[in-house]
Amino acid sequence: MLFQPVNKNYHEFCIDRDPDLCISCKVCVRQCSYQAHFFDEARQKVVHDNTKCIGCHRCEALCPTAALNIRNKPSDFRTNKLWRPVFLQNIYKQADTGGVLLAGMGSPVDIPVYWDRMLLDASQVTNPSIDPLREPMELKTFLGAKPRKISVENDKNGKPSLKTKLSPQIELEVPIMFAAMSFGAINFNLHQAMARAATETGVVYNTGEGGLHKSLYKYGRNTIVQVASGRFGVHLDYLKAGVGIEIKVGQGAKPGIGGHLPGEKINDKVSETRMVPIGSDAISPAPHHDIYSIEDLLQLIFALKEASEYKVPVAVKIAAVHNVAAIASGIVRAGADIVTIDGMRGGTGAAPAMIRDNVGIPIELALAQVDQRLRDEGIRNQASIVAAGGIRCSADVVKAIALGADAVYIGTATLIAVGCTICGRCYTGKCPWGIATNDPKLSKRQNPDIAAKKLTNLIHAWGHEIEEMLGGMGLNSIESLRGNRDKLRGVGLSDTELDILGIKHAGR
Amino acid sequence: MKRVYPDKEYCIGCHLCELACITAHSASKDLIIAYRDERAASGLSPCKRVFEKGDTCVAISCRHCDEPSCVAACISGGLHKDPETGRTVYDRDKCVGCWSCLMACPYGAIRRHPIENKIVKCDLCEGRAEGPACVQACPNAALKYEER
Ligand code: SF4
Ligand code: SF4
Ligand code: SF4
Ligand code: SF4
Repeated sequence: MLFQPVNKNYHEFCIDRDPDLCISCKVCVRQCSYQAHFFDEARQKVVHDNTKCIGCHRCEALCPTAALNIRNKPSDFRTNKLWRPVFLQNIYKQADTGGVLLAGMGSPVDIPVYWDRMLLDASQVTNPSIDPLREPMELKTFLGAKPRKISVENDKNGKPSLKTKLSPQIELEVPIMFAAMSFGAINFNLHQAMARAATETGVVYNTGEGGLHKSLYKYGRNTIVQVASGRFGVHLDYLKAGVGIEIKVGQGAKPGIGGHLPGEKINDKVSETRMVPIGSDAISPAPHHDIYSIEDLLQLIFALKEASEYKVPVAVKIAAVHNVAAIASGIVRAGADIVTIDGMRGGTGAAPAMIRDNVGIPIELALAQVDQRLRDEGIRNQASIVAAGGIRCSADVVKAIALGADAVYIGTATLIAVGCTICGRCYTGKCPWGIATNDPKLSKRQNPDIAAKKLTNLIHAWGHEIEEMLGGMGLNSIESLRGNRDKLRGVGLSDTELDILGIKHAGR
Repeated sequence: MKRVYPDKEYCIGCHLCELACITAHSASKDLIIAYRDERAASGLSPCKRVFEKGDTCVAISCRHCDEPSCVAACISGGLHKDPETGRTVYDRDKCVGCWSCLMACPYGAIRRHPIENKIVKCDLCEGRAEGPACVQACPNAALKYEER
């Protein structure tokens, strides 16, 4: 206590240690990568320093006697609706450091979550609901450009065959994909786990912007490779390694901002995969320096299509911002086969807190507007829409699809499945759950066998729930739900919000 | 035979296996009592030890070798190989506390009892319905109980 700056007392968490239960076994000491627990030689027991705790709950989860509870610090500032505690704490911090506030994970700010304000329909009396356990239910989804019309010709025996040449498609057993989280931002064990789980469940994972480790090429049929502004790890074999290529223009958590993987996270494996020297910072510029217009984007899309011999669809990922619908229209016209829209609640390994919490728009509004715009312009068939950023459960997936998405990306949910507690300190490189870290001592906390199993379970579980919800609505295929906004009703929304979402209010 | 195999790639050095071991071998079968009281009173200690070097950790216990050096070294018949289960079995009553086995074991898997002239060695949680306690407790599947 003595000799420490006074604002150290404004820490966020308190560690409750039940003295009846704690046996001073030091398990918590070894687990906490922030050194909040330690063995006090003078007292001969394990004690803690509340100021160091970042609230990840790792110690609590592993304490063998359940002696620990991590709580928010009960001490409150004087209630003030304007000067909420977070603003005070931020200012104290910045007055000390003079630096930009960094943040990890998706934005915690209180903007409306429209998923919670939309309700699904179900069949009653007039149209029968379907039991997915007894009757076939199709979740299979194809991502890529669809032909405007198809022509079929019959051979002389009358056997029909398709004359139209189809564009390449990404085939998904369930309309859910593991979102782009680069190797470097998260570690190799989790990349391997995502690759294995995607293969097991017939979905795909996105490499993120850090390239693809050579040992993971064998999972290529379930991989989308990403090309971002830093061009890390991009080469011909990489572009041909997956079933799709994604150009990352923006990220929901930090629209308009590039990326910065600190040198400490660049170990030998990351270095060889990213093609940057060990220990050097990997900086992704804010813009792609070769994209300053839709025409430039068109050139890159076709350069990538050319390189991959037109065998895989090319996606463009943008953050959900004010004019997202017009931008998406331009992207489709530029030749993208898939448009990925990442909403402002999307996760990140590191972003300036001000950007994360104040820039962008919620995915629900962006998605509805993009789908509507592409339909109005008659180009909806030219590209699939993938929604990302804040999908928390299978009902969110179903609502996203009813709003017009072809599939969704899950990033934060993926990490939660392997233990993440959204403590939001991904940028420190000290993730106690072994996720957002390449420290060998921490990253081995993710055993890929366990992680792959958990991710597989998650996809299966959500798949079953989606089937149940579809069946309840009397639908037997996800295709019948896509863009079917009649299955949605709003609750507690204004006319403007309903109009933007293109749905009726509940009761109508 | 089924043995406990440690995986040093994914052992996170939490030492929970050691705690599970002492609980399983305690009189109370209660971690808190075992750790606080029985350790001091009866010298209860784990048959398994976690070793750490740099970033690597591994949990070592008796391998139940096919040709156990400890059995060959034992002067009193305190260790023998059970022909049926394949386990290397310790007979505490016969042990005279000479530590010959301790020096013979190539894995360093035998340890001195902290207060008595006896040894501490893994018995694969003989008689425990759920199998070895360490395997059950390991949070990262870094211990596997299987045939290899
Ligand atoms: S892990 Fe639990 S029992 Fe062990 S020292 Fe920490 S609080 Fe105490
Ligand atoms: S492990 Fe996490 S929750 Fe526990 S004390 Fe450390 S920082 Fe706090
Ligand atoms: S104590 Fe050592 S030598 Fe004896 S069976 Fe076990 S591992 Fe082998
Ligand atoms: S419980 Fe598992 S991970 Fe923990 S020290 Fe033992 S073997 Fe290693």
